[in-house]
Amino acid sequence: MTDTPTGGDVRLTGISKTYGSFTAVHPLDLTVPEGSFFALLGASGCGKTTTLRMIAGLEEPTTGTVLLGDRDVTDLPPHKRPVNTVFQSYALFPHLDVHENIAFGLRRRGVRSVRRQVDEMLELVQLGDKARHRPHQLSGGQQQRVAVARALINHPRVLLLDEPLGALDLKLRRRMQLELKRIQTEVGITFVHVTHDQEEAMTMADTVAVMNAGRVEQMGAPAELYDNPRTTFVANFLGTSNLIEAEVVEVGADVVATAGGGTLRLPADRCPAPVRAGGRLLVGIRPEKITLAHADDADAIPSGRNRTAGRIADTSFIGVSTQYAVDGPAGTGLQVYEQNIERDPRLVPGAEVVLHWNPAHTFGLDAAQDVEAGAPTVEGAA
Amino acid sequence: MTTATDTPPRAGAAAPAVRRRSARRRLVPYWLLLPGVLWLLVFFALPMVYQASTSVQTGSLEEGFRVTWHFPTYWEALRDYHPQFAKTLLYAGTATLLCLLLGYPLAYLIAFRAGRWRHVLLVLVIAPFFTSFLIRTLAWKTILADGGAVVGALDALHVLDVTGRLGWTEGDRVLATPLAVICGLTYNFLPFMILPLYTSLERIDGRLHEAARDLYASPAATFRKVTLPLSMPGVVSGTLLTFIPASGDYVNAELLGSTDTKMIGNVIQGQFLRVLDYPTAAALSFLLMAVVLVTVTVYIRRAGTEDLV
Amino acid sequence: MPNWIRRNLVVLAGLLTLVYLTLPNVVVLVFSFNRPDGRFNYTWRRFSADAWKDPCGVPDLCGALALSLQLAAWATLGATVLGTMIAFALVRYRFRARGAVNALIFLPMSMPEVVMAASLLTLFLNMGAELGFWTVLIAHVMFCLSFVVVAVKARVTAMDPRLEEAARDLYAGPVQTFLRVTLPIAAPGIAAGALLAFALSFDDFVITNFNAGSAVTFPMFVWGSAQRGTPVQINVVGTAMFAVAVLAVVAGQLLTARRKRAEEHH
Repeated sequence: MTDTPTGGDVRLTGISKTYGSFTAVHPLDLTVPEGSFFALLGASGCGKTTTLRMIAGLEEPTTGTVLLGDRDVTDLPPHKRPVNTVFQSYALFPHLDVHENIAFGLRRRGVRSVRRQVDEMLELVQLGDKARHRPHQLSGGQQQRVAVARALINHPRVLLLDEPLGALDLKLRRRMQLELKRIQTEVGITFVHVTHDQEEAMTMADTVAVMNAGRVEQMGAPAELYDNPRTTFVANFLGTSNLIEAEVVEVGADVVATAGGGTLRLPADRCPAPVRAGGRLLVGIRPEKITLAHADDADAIPSGRNRTAGRIADTSFIGVSTQYAVDGPAGTGLQVYEQNIERDPRLVPGAEVVLHWNPAHTFGLDAAQDVEAGAPTVEGAA
Repeated sequence: MTTATDTPPRAGAAAPAVRRRSARRRLVPYWLLLPGVLWLLVFFALPMVYQASTSVQTGSLEEGFRVTWHFPTYWEALRDYHPQFAKTLLYAGTATLLCLLLGYPLAYLIAFRAGRWRHVLLVLVIAPFFTSFLIRTLAWKTILADGGAVVGALDALHVLDVTGRLGWTEGDRVLATPLAVICGLTYNFLPFMILPLYTSLERIDGRLHEAARDLYASPAATFRKVTLPLSMPGVVSGTLLTFIPASGDYVNAELLGSTDTKMIGNVIQGQFLRVLDYPTAAALSFLLMAVVLVTVTVYIRRAGTEDLV
Repeated sequence: MPNWIRRNLVVLAGLLTLVYLTLPNVVVLVFSFNRPDGRFNYTWRRFSADAWKDPCGVPDLCGALALSLQLAAWATLGATVLGTMIAFALVRYRFRARGAVNALIFLPMSMPEVVMAASLLTLFLNMGAELGFWTVLIAHVMFCLSFVVVAVKARVTAMDPRLEEAARDLYAGPVQTFLRVTLPIAAPGIAAGALLAFALSFDDFVITNFNAGSAVTFPMFVWGSAQRGTPVQINVVGTAMFAVAVLAVVAGQLLTARRKRAEEHH
């Protein structure tokens, strides 16, 4: 996504980290363009935090190099890198007040008069009246903003954020997401943000890299990742996907496949590279892209749409929408989200229905993958 | 999970040489440990070796001592001083038991019933430490004085009849009897019992009591089935912290007891500092160490608590 | 048994134990105002504040006290420095022989004092060392060390390692990180260890008695006086130490309480 490497890019080349026989991060190339808001998204243990720590210098890479602009910083210790971090649970110095926490970096670099800069920072994060408080006297949201101010005051080339909102409750998270986005736009510094929350990543970042088991699965703009996932992990981890196993019958501008006796179409450019007639394919569709019609109204469905039949197994009412689980010959437990605009009273469990959607919204995935990869499980609900 | 061989994701991932942590950094912990560990090796571990060697030496002060691997010293020491060993185990064991019986209610009181008085009570438990323990032990000479109020009360309550029959007191005297020594030992090491008990009781979530009561346990059953088992780590470390120093003590026996109440500590001290029979003293000291180690090991096995520090 | 007593049985038992624990201190205080007839201060005769007016009136007592304070100060310094270093190594680094080091720390705390005292004396006799101030100091540093390690270790273990990472991230080099972040945060643990070392050293009798030669510390002075005759001044010193310590605790509590309130008002 970066065609012209400018001076402020973060470039990782062939970077990896192994602990004994365990590989936390596989050799990885990554370029974060200057001034962008970049998110590393993945479940815990996927290597995203290790990657971040290698940029900060807190972890020595086993192989590879870290470049800030054109400068190789791989061998620089953290205190010599123009990079600052907002730590998970903030790591505010408990023995220093807010003012001194924020001034810490400036003082270490020998800046004499820090007062004006600290005050400006406190204004930026709207904590002007808390300068003389100790961290433990602040709320979670306030601590979070002190942590951001403490890092930003140093005008780093890159700001690293390690699960910065993980300790906050849901409402505060939403507010702080917007707040962080505002600050980033205001200061224009490159942000690299590590999170396991896919909504958070999509809300805030220009570019998201989805990591799994020490590798980057896919990287791109949030909408691009969501609409056109390349792996089952991305399809399941980023929102919910219906993945239908199908057999390819025809490959042209469109790929035609059959599943459960029905025919499904999708554009060839939304399929993985090797698709051939007679091969297998996972046909994917997001639940909210599907329209649900009662079997009696099946004739009214416009032609040219993908369709598959089934029976409603379960419904749950969410308020803005209703979620249906549909069993059919193409698959069981297919998810459909319908806006609650004009609810059809016949759509109750047991009702025969037809699911239909625009072929252009369909995506194809390599059938050799684990269909369940990245899906939430009962034990490790993410 | 373990291989990095398949698919370097993008071009340019040709792996450069693997980095190694600098040797200087790896040496840091050893430099930090060196002075302290050396100190303990030279002034704690090495003396043990010297003592072991002394215990198998023979000779005299005038001609000097030489290692002759004279193991009979151990048998002679046991033969001559087994009554003192027995008394040591009896006094230290009884004192430990008394500490537990006296200390548990106070620890329980501080942990669960004291409310805002908790800190005051804790200070009261620790504060006596600030007066030298020898001065406080001497105070028991006054408290237990013949014909004093305490002895009179014990006599009136017929306690002295019972202890007299056990051989712990003589007539209407308490001072210079085993009871006085046990009383002094109990007093001196009581805080070592109370503090670990308090720490483990204080950690117990109050809701566990409520849950037990909710599940039909009477107060007594709640204590037996919930509180006591959860405080076992405190009981174990408290009894050890009491028994080990009590078994080596000679101050209480010397100040509050008589020649009949000598413990093994008194013998070791006398042999080392007055008789100057170093081999016997070293052998006794080793035997004491062995007895304590064996008792403690058996006890820990029985109590089944591994994490003591 | 009335209900009220049954419900508060544990409170009564606990308070009785408390009386048992504090009674000797009361006796020491009361008898510091006694004027005994003979050489021993065990039975009450007449009220007198003479001993309080002249605490150093007994030969050698204040000299012994001074020696004990001096010893305790140096032993505390030595044990705190060495113990803190060990504690940091144990918590912050992975290295070989960790189990052996842990055992070496644990053993002195689980050994009857008389055994350590006797074996250390054996060493000094074998080396031909002259017993006195230095041998006692060596011994005190040895047995205080383990307690400092335990106290500091507890604090450093509870410390978030990210705080130091944050400092390094904010341009503090290794030395700066240690001085500006690690040390201030570990300070309460180090202070607790030092206080404990001071108390242990000041009040030690057994190990000191074996290794002091002709030097006389305050506990040794008390021990000797139990044979020769106990001057009232011993009780004065004991009570004064108690009072100073309790006052220091109360003052500390009040200070923290006030600071907390001030912070809340801020």
